[in-house]
Parts: sequence; C-alpha cells; structure tokens
Amino acid sequence: MSPRRELEPEFASYYGRPILKEPTWEARDIAGYLFAGGLAGASSAIAAAAQLTGRPALARVSRIGAVGGLGFSVVALVHDLGRPARFVNMLRVAKPTSPMSVGSWLLAGYGPLAGAALLSDLTGIARPAGYAAGVGAGVLGAGVATYTSALFADTAVPAWHEGRHELPFLFAGSAVCAASGFALIGSPTAQVAPLRTLAVGGAALELSMSARMPRSAGLAGETFGLGRAGALMRSARVATAVGALGAGVLGGRSRAVAAASGLALLAGSALTRFGIFEAGRLSTQDPKYVVVPQRERLAQQDREAATVG
Amino acid sequence: MTKVDLGMPRMGFFTDTTVCIGCKACEVACKEWNAVPAKPLNLTGESFDNTSGLTADSWRHVAFIEKTVPAPGDDGAKDVKWLMSSDVCKHCTHAACLDVCPTGSLFRTEFGTVVVQQDICNGCGYCVSACPYGVIDQREDDGRVFKCTMCYDRIGDGGEPACAKACPTDSIQYGELDLLRDKASRRVAELHAQGLTDARLYGQSPDDGVGGTGAFFLLLDEPETYGLPPDPVVTTRDLPGMWRRTAVAAATLLAGVAVSFAGARR
Ligand code: SF4
Repeated sequence: MSPRRELEPEFASYYGRPILKEPTWEARDIAGYLFAGGLAGASSAIAAAAQLTGRPALARVSRIGAVGGLGFSVVALVHDLGRPARFVNMLRVAKPTSPMSVGSWLLAGYGPLAGAALLSDLTGIARPAGYAAGVGAGVLGAGVATYTSALFADTAVPAWHEGRHELPFLFAGSAVCAASGFALIGSPTAQVAPLRTLAVGGAALELSMSARMPRSAGLAGETFGLGRAGALMRSARVATAVGALGAGVLGGRSRAVAAASGLALLAGSALTRFGIFEAGRLSTQDPKYVVVPQRERLAQQDREAATVG
Repeated sequence: MTKVDLGMPRMGFFTDTTVCIGCKACEVACKEWNAVPAKPLNLTGESFDNTSGLTADSWRHVAFIEKTVPAPGDDGAKDVKWLMSSDVCKHCTHAACLDVCPTGSLFRTEFGTVVVQQDICNGCGYCVSACPYGVIDQREDDGRVFKCTMCYDRIGDGGEPACAKACPTDSIQYGELDLLRDKASRRVAELHAQGLTDARLYGQSPDDGVGGTGAFFLLLDEPETYGLPPDPVVTTRDLPGMWRRTAVAAATLLAGVAVSFAGARR
C-alpha cells in the first residue's frame, strides 16, 4: 500500500492523490530569486536616497548590493527555465495578466539603470547621468522588490493565492530588511543612521505580515507552520527580530554589531522566502487544501441562495 | 478576458461518464495520434488505473473508482459500484494557464480551445502552478509544457479529436459547445427521471469560477471523488486586487526609505 493511501481524508479524494501540480520551480532558483530580487530592488532605493542625502559610501555599497542581487536573479531565472536558451521569449509579448511578463519588462528596464549607476559611481564617468540612472533604478527597484508577490499570489497554489493580501507587504518588508542588512555590513558607521530606522521598520512589516498571513489564508494557512516550511518561517522570525534589535539598539555604536545585525537581517529575509516557497509546495501536495475550502465556499453559496430564495 | 467573436462556433468535449466502460481507448488513441511518449508501466494498485493523472505524457486519463455501496436487498450486504471517467484539459473560458504565460506560447485557437505553441514555450513553468485543475505539466527531459490540444490538427481539418473518435460508447462527445451543453442538460434530466439523482454536470455552467469549461463532464459523484476540484476559480480573477496591493506595497517601501533618510541625524 502506498503511503498516500494511509491518509484519513474528511472527503473522498482520488486515492489521496494531489489535485494540483507541484510548482516546477527549484527552491534554490526561485526562492533564491525572491530574496535576491528583493535585495537588489530595495538596495537601489536605498542607494538613491543615500546619494540624495549625501552619503556616498552608503550609496556605493547599496549599488553593489543591487547589482549583485540582480546578477544572481538573472542567472537563477534563466537557469530555472526548462529551455534556458529561449529566455528572450520572455520579451516576446507584454502581458499585464502575467506577473512574470510584467516582471521581465521591469527587470529589463531596471537592470541597465542599476548597472549604469554602479558603473558611473565606480569609474567616475558621467556622474550626472549615473545619478539620474540611480534614481530611476531606485523607483523601479521598488517594483522589482514587490512584483514577485503578485507572481506568487497569481497561481492556484493555495498557500500563495490565499496569502495574497499580506504577500506584497511581507515581500516589501523582507526586501527592506535584506537591503538594509547588506548596507549595514558594508558601510561606515557614520552613515548608517537611516538604515537603523529602516531595518526596524522593515522587520516590523515583515514580522507582522508573517504573523497575520497564516490566519488570513484559511486552511492552507497552516502550511506556513508545518514541517520544513514551519521551521524556515520560525527561524526567519528569530533572525529578523534579532537583526532588527541589534541594528536598532546597538548598530550605531559598533561596526561589529552592525555587521552581525546585517547578517541576521539578510538571513531572516532569505529564510522567509524559502519558507513561503515550501509552504506553497506543501499546500499543493494534499488535496484537502483544494477541496475543503472550495466545498465550504459552495456550501456558503447554497446557504445564501437559500436565504434569498 | 474580452470575448472575441471569431464568427465560428466554439468547439468542446462532453464526457458522459455514465456510459464509460473504462476501456482506455481514448488514452491510447491520444498517445498514438499526438505521438505522446510512453512511460514505463507502473502498477499502482488503485483499481484499473495505472496512469494516475493527467501529465505532460498523458493527455487523457481514465479514473477508476470502486465505490462500496449497499447491495440490493435488506440483508445489509455490500456491493461495488464502478465509477469511471476520462479526464482531460478543461479548455477553460477564462484559462489561468493562458493568462499567466509570459511568452504568449499558450493561445486561444479559432475553436475556442487553449493550445501550447511548442516552438515558443521556454519552460518557465508558470502555467503549471496557475492551472486550478492541475492539468498542464512540464516534461522533465524536454523542459517544455504539454497538454491536450483537442487535436488542433484534426479538428482544423474538419475531423474529430482522436479520443472522441476512438471512444466506443460515445462517452466522449465532440461538437459545438452550445449544442453539447443542451444535450447534456437533457441527458441529466433523463437520468434524474430514471432515479439516478447523483447525476450532475461539471464545468457546464458559464457562471462558474472559470467561466465554464470547453470540456465538461456528467459525473455520478462529487467532483473530488474523481480527483477534480469542486469549485475551481481562475486565479487571475483576483489579479487586479493583487496589482493594487503590490503598488501600495512598493509605495510603502519608497516612503519608508524616504522617511528614514529624511529623519536621520547627520
Ligand atoms: S484546465 Fe488548466 S491547462 Fe486546461 S485550459 Fe484550464 S487552466 Fe489551462
């Protein structure tokens, strides 16, 4: 007897088999991309703000974070394709109904700007143009950091689709944590004051959303606490909280504490993304996450129809 | 999701499971016609079903359910009722796979069906996670996704799909969707009159979560018994709200950065 058949479902499933297909995506590539894309996008926003408020060292570190994150993102995205050689087909059409299409165009616009901003910073060539590119990258970066929430929510994967109310804010918070964490590690203590506020704010957003999502996502919400997904989400919360506390309370005094807090923030952000990825995968494996909520919805409609009629 | 009138009727499948005899001729005909790769046979112990589901390499799948029911008479004896159903891509009116495809590989044909253009697909896998029925699937060694085309080549030539052609009992019927829907409604009424009150249509209503399906079914039990979702919804129905919240989240990010930097000590 297969292990599937030992399930005790509260409905008659088809031999306990899943209804949905598991995501074809590799965790390393796609959860990794969520993290790296968030790091890149929010780093560009920080770099732009640092440049406009006269913090050149912080701006440079963040530009490096942005281009590093972007580089990883592009490699991961192409690597995850079944036909990597055809990645340019992503730009064959522009479809607002496909967050992946929107994201591809966003990256196509954002990438060159982030690259130009860093290049100009490092070489000193065409500084005004580099500044302008940096501001553009900062604005588009906010989109790069958050569109992935729509990408995940716009699926039939129960945990992701039902988490659609919190995901955008969770991802925004997580991206801010990663980017301020990265900048805390590399910047001189004299320029990190804004990062400390930002890290605390980002962590507050990330933690509150990750606490709320399991409740608002209905039955599938439980997957955020189960197995590997649960372990990842719990470690993420600890890392993020420790990082934010370290950065907020002590980060201004000691370079070492700032760097350690930065590392914890980066780890928290990455763990969150992997946790959400795993929860989604889990929610496709058991048909109950599909059947039970859908049956409840139908029963609700029946009740409403009965009261009206 | 605007309707385009192509000036020709939408075509569809009506699968009447009451007359399915579980011969799997549809599975075989589909594989043969579409040159779908064979997989090594794997005995599952799940009744006569060794296909197990729709995959990139199985575009028709016959489900077998041996349902325990009370035997005729009052002695409390048990009997088995056979449920068999040939599943297929639903060719949704509002197809999530098509909506989310970033390359335009998935498209709507002049017959109202949903087809993958294999020379465009880059194997991103988004459609796989978007389909609320778990139909479309990636072929591992190939990297691209594959599913039922409703035999786009055959119907384009005025023929009927291979599965419908091979079905010996007309459990799988191919034709103009409007006509099939009428026919199905009459069939259900007939079955109800015969006392088969479990008979129900699945996917026939244009008011359901996917706007009705181009391939719909007459079932004799709850959809989930056959491995079908009871109330699937096209995920892109909620996309405008997702984009709105994403925009607010992006603005929150920028505002957070601005406030932190504006308020910071030098
Ligand atoms: S059933 Fe799935 S693969 Fe078929 S048209 Fe609908 S969403 Fe696409």
